[in-house]
Amino acid sequence: MRALAVEGVWKFYGDYPALREIRFDVEPGQCVALLGRNGAGKTTLLRILAGLARPSKGAVKVFEKDSLDRATRGQIGILGHGIAIYDELSAYENLRLFAGLYGIEQPDKWAMHWLERTGLERVKDGLVREFSRGMRQRLAVARAFLHNPKLLMLDEPFTSLDDRAIALLQGLLRESLAAGGTVIMSTHQLREALELATNVVLINRGKLAHTGARTQEMLDDPGYLYRTYGEA
Amino acid sequence: MLFLRQTLTIAAKDLRSELRTKEAINASLSFALVILLLFSFAFDPTADTTREISGGLLWLVFAFAGALILNRSFARELENDCLDALIASPVPGPALFLGKVLANYALLLGIEFVCLPIFGIFYNVRWTQQLPSLALVLLLASWGVSVVGTVFSALTVNMRLRELMLPMLVYPMLIPCLMAAMQLTTPLLAGEPIQGDLYAWLRMLVGFDIIFTALAVMLIDTVLIG
Repeated sequence: MRALAVEGVWKFYGDYPALREIRFDVEPGQCVALLGRNGAGKTTLLRILAGLARPSKGAVKVFEKDSLDRATRGQIGILGHGIAIYDELSAYENLRLFAGLYGIEQPDKWAMHWLERTGLERVKDGLVREFSRGMRQRLAVARAFLHNPKLLMLDEPFTSLDDRAIALLQGLLRESLAAGGTVIMSTHQLREALELATNVVLINRGKLAHTGARTQEMLDDPGYLYRTYGEA
Repeated sequence: MLFLRQTLTIAAKDLRSELRTKEAINASLSFALVILLLFSFAFDPTADTTREISGGLLWLVFAFAGALILNRSFARELENDCLDALIASPVPGPALFLGKVLANYALLLGIEFVCLPIFGIFYNVRWTQQLPSLALVLLLASWGVSVVGTVFSALTVNMRLRELMLPMLVYPMLIPCLMAAMQLTTPLLAGEPIQGDLYAWLRMLVGFDIIFTALAVMLIDTVLIG
């Protein structure tokens, strides 16, 4: 069973095609780096994969089911540009809220578990609006992993994260991959992404420029990918 | 059962957020009180004509004050991209929508509950004479305002001039609901029971609520995801 199947996806904004006939598969256990320059269409594609937008043409299947299917969404974890937590709720209330929405059994236990894992248990009753940027980012990571998702979709995950949050996120991603999870991360920070990635998808001006395994050449010289398959 | 739990979770979250920030409550309540006060200067509270327009006056205040509550309903989800997290969760669109409607409904009823006694004092109206019937009209009309307003709050959430667009879009849609509420409220405030032709307005209010709730629940996924 494929973790993700992108079947000829197009996305138009008016007459402008932001995505053109994107087609690739992701197998369970793979970590895919979704690469491309600014404006290439990475975020648009990731929003469609996450079920936040409909493709104009084509389809997206998550574990062989429509990505807009509500039951399928319970298996997806998302960490986007925004931290997606409520400033006027406490750290605990935020995690308890999402645990409830995802129908997690023993929501209190799992909310506390993730507060401890992200080092926020001492400030669990503090309102998020009083948190530092780093604490908010760690809480966002906890929210994304709270329901033990089988497929993680991360949009520019390392941008604006502090050192501690980057280490935490990298550790959690490695754990998830070791447990058979699948990760798709959109980024233009090549080095961090390629260190984790098993596969690469390169988008160039809305078109699929390359898809395949991450090679040693890419790791040694991150610019190789753009020189070979994309714009120089 | 899970649907109901998710609906109530969303409603509780919205109410908790609002009670902590009091952004919509403060704006809506102060607006309603100022309008009631200003109109009491403009009209002679002892005149019969004033009492004849009391229903319309009251519902104008509730409708405008309600728009301030409804504007915040989805706008509060924009901070930190929380709306994306809700849409991406397994919560069905109708549960998300009904949770928000319930929260808006509770806030709107709260505003009405505070405004009614003040209206009674300013306009010299004994509004408790037909209290059960008046409560029924308030419950039915407020539900209609909350349902239609919440749909348009979702539709306008990403617009630049959403504070302006929401009232412009929502009031024409609410005309049947507000007309029925005004027609029913005026005699009830004068102490007359619902009878004769007034039942037609009551049926219109019930019909409006059923039709628009069903339509909103069917269309909300399209509104949220596009």
